[in-house]
Amino acid sequence: MLYAILCYHDEAKVDAWTREEDEAVLAKRALVTDELEAAGRLGPSMRLMSTPSATSVRSGTEPMVIDGPFAETKEQLLGLYVVDCASQADAVEIARRLGRDETGGFEIRPLKLYKPGAIKA
Amino acid sequence: MLYAVLIYDDEEAIGALPKAEFDRLIANHEGVQEKLAADGKLGPVARLMPTTAATTLRQGGETVLLDGPFAETKEQLLGFYIVDCASLEEATEAAGQIGRACNARALEIRPVQLYHPGIGLK
Amino acid sequence: MTEIGWIGAALTGARPRALGALLRYFRDLDTAEEAFQEACLRALRLWPVKGPPRDPAAWLVMVGRNAALDQVRRQSKTERFTDDAEFEDSEDPEAALVEGLDGAHYQDDVLRLLFICCHPDLPATQQIALALRIVSGLTVREIARAFLVGERAMEQRITRAKRRIAEGDLPFGTPSQDERDQRLAAVAAMVYLLFNEGYAASGGDAHIRLPLCEEAIRLARLLLRLFPADPEIMGLLALLLLQHSRALARLDADGTIVLLEDQDRALWDRAMIAEGLVLIDKAVRHRRRGPYQLQAATAALHARAARPEDTDWAEIGQLYAALERLQPSPVITLNRAVAVAKVDGPEAALALIEPLAEPLAGYFHFFGVRGALLSQLGRTDEARQAFDRAIALAHTPAEAAHIRQHLDRLMKNGRPT
Repeated sequence: MLYAILCYHDEAKVDAWTREEDEAVLAKRALVTDELEAAGRLGPSMRLMSTPSATSVRSGTEPMVIDGPFAETKEQLLGLYVVDCASQADAVEIARRLGRDETGGFEIRPLKLYKPGAIKA
Repeated sequence: MLYAVLIYDDEEAIGALPKAEFDRLIANHEGVQEKLAADGKLGPVARLMPTTAATTLRQGGETVLLDGPFAETKEQLLGFYIVDCASLEEATEAAGQIGRACNARALEIRPVQLYHPGIGLK
Repeated sequence: MTEIGWIGAALTGARPRALGALLRYFRDLDTAEEAFQEACLRALRLWPVKGPPRDPAAWLVMVGRNAALDQVRRQSKTERFTDDAEFEDSEDPEAALVEGLDGAHYQDDVLRLLFICCHPDLPATQQIALALRIVSGLTVREIARAFLVGERAMEQRITRAKRRIAEGDLPFGTPSQDERDQRLAAVAAMVYLLFNEGYAASGGDAHIRLPLCEEAIRLARLLLRLFPADPEIMGLLALLLLQHSRALARLDADGTIVLLEDQDRALWDRAMIAEGLVLIDKAVRHRRRGPYQLQAATAALHARAARPEDTDWAEIGQLYAALERLQPSPVITLNRAVAVAKVDGPEAALALIEPLAEPLAGYFHFFGVRGALLSQLGRTDEARQAFDRAIALAHTPAEAAHIRQHLDRLMKNGRPT
């Protein structure tokens, strides 16, 4: 089954990482994703820009365009992974490894539908 | 540039839609996907299961595993599109099509900083 | 989607929360329902013009409460001091109310609303009818149709049941954890009954009444959203999803029941199965097994089998044995016997169900299973007797037709060549 691992972090903290810290996090996560990719279990993964870069549209008779994220939360959705896992426990374990020594959190949500699309990175 | 178009809506209201109406929304989505694909703009599309199927791992100090979504919000993240667009304006236009397809309560358009395609999961 | 379609769905979705909060406020079901009704009318008028509010449930509570208070003021001939348009325009009262209606309140409010429908003096079907009317907001006509009774009869039933509730002490205090657990268990049982009412109708022509099943799933989902860490509620929702995933395959074009092993598995709803399996996965983590989880696990073993012969009957037998220990009942033993027949053969299964003859003397499925086991053993005459008894006990034409198929097969095979 495919799972989305949604990454939530306090973006103020993430944005304050030094370049070295940032690279260290990416390197640590690459250990996990490389392994998943080699096993044929890694779908698309991405890092989103922090929420000030977002534009939101709220529906209504006159749709309202808002600068910034839709949901005002203490931690922000900053990235996601699509992974193929045998069970929820398996997906949780991957999230645990991805986030080792970090603060913030992950939401592990199974996918109901997935279409790979056709764009290149 | 890649943009994530995040779709938010009220799960409870979606759950109360008559099946015919819901099926129509899905068909609308497929129409939008075909159009975006024809324009070479369509990346991965995913629909998530309801938040009742989610598990959350919270870290910092002690790591805890919780049932349910990470963020308790009035509307829930129900799915996303990744679209390849030349500008925010183009991405907003694409998001508009997606929004009209399902009358979603809200859409968030967020530029993607890093993208890794992975292998072609089915 | 049409504007009205969306508004209808939003009103239905918000109903349990809004009505639950109004009930807490007014402490009277009729007043709460009237207030909610009034709020819905205003929503239908205002939302298309002004767009949906940020939090539909909170909006409905606020507007419903003000409308009802207005009504009281009008009756006491006092002047109104707020203008409808004014409070409906203002965002602030809503924000304040949203603050007051945090998750914990909604949790108890919705649970109370469902729990009062489970009044122990009310027969199960009335509990279900009441929940459909009050919590789901189905019309009396819709409920009457689902139960295959006249509209007037259903109206009377619901009115009587409501009076019963009003006479009793409504539980308005904040429940203790124990009380909350008890309420949740009673409500879960009622949701399960509602599903079964749709899944295997207790009478009439429509063997599967899908809307009742769908409504039960919606209520189970609502419960899980309110109690996200309760493994039995995960089990309940998983069980309902897994059973319902087979809805399209359970009846053939003529409305005859198709047995699990004969069903076209391509017709099973894979998305529902996937969600059911996830929920079982989630529940397992809590290591507190209960009846719903065990039943869901059994349903999952069927769902996982690509072909009937891939079914893990030994594991199913063990799950039923665990269920028997938790909740001894002849019906569960009967179910275990079906698994035993697959693993150890019909003789062993027959021995297992022999003591059930008395407690299940009026149970359709007992004679269906018994007849099938006897016919496997070549005891044709006894098998025919059992099948005849099953037909006499059938609740629906589909059940009877299904047994008649067995009899036909028996006749064909038993006839001298």
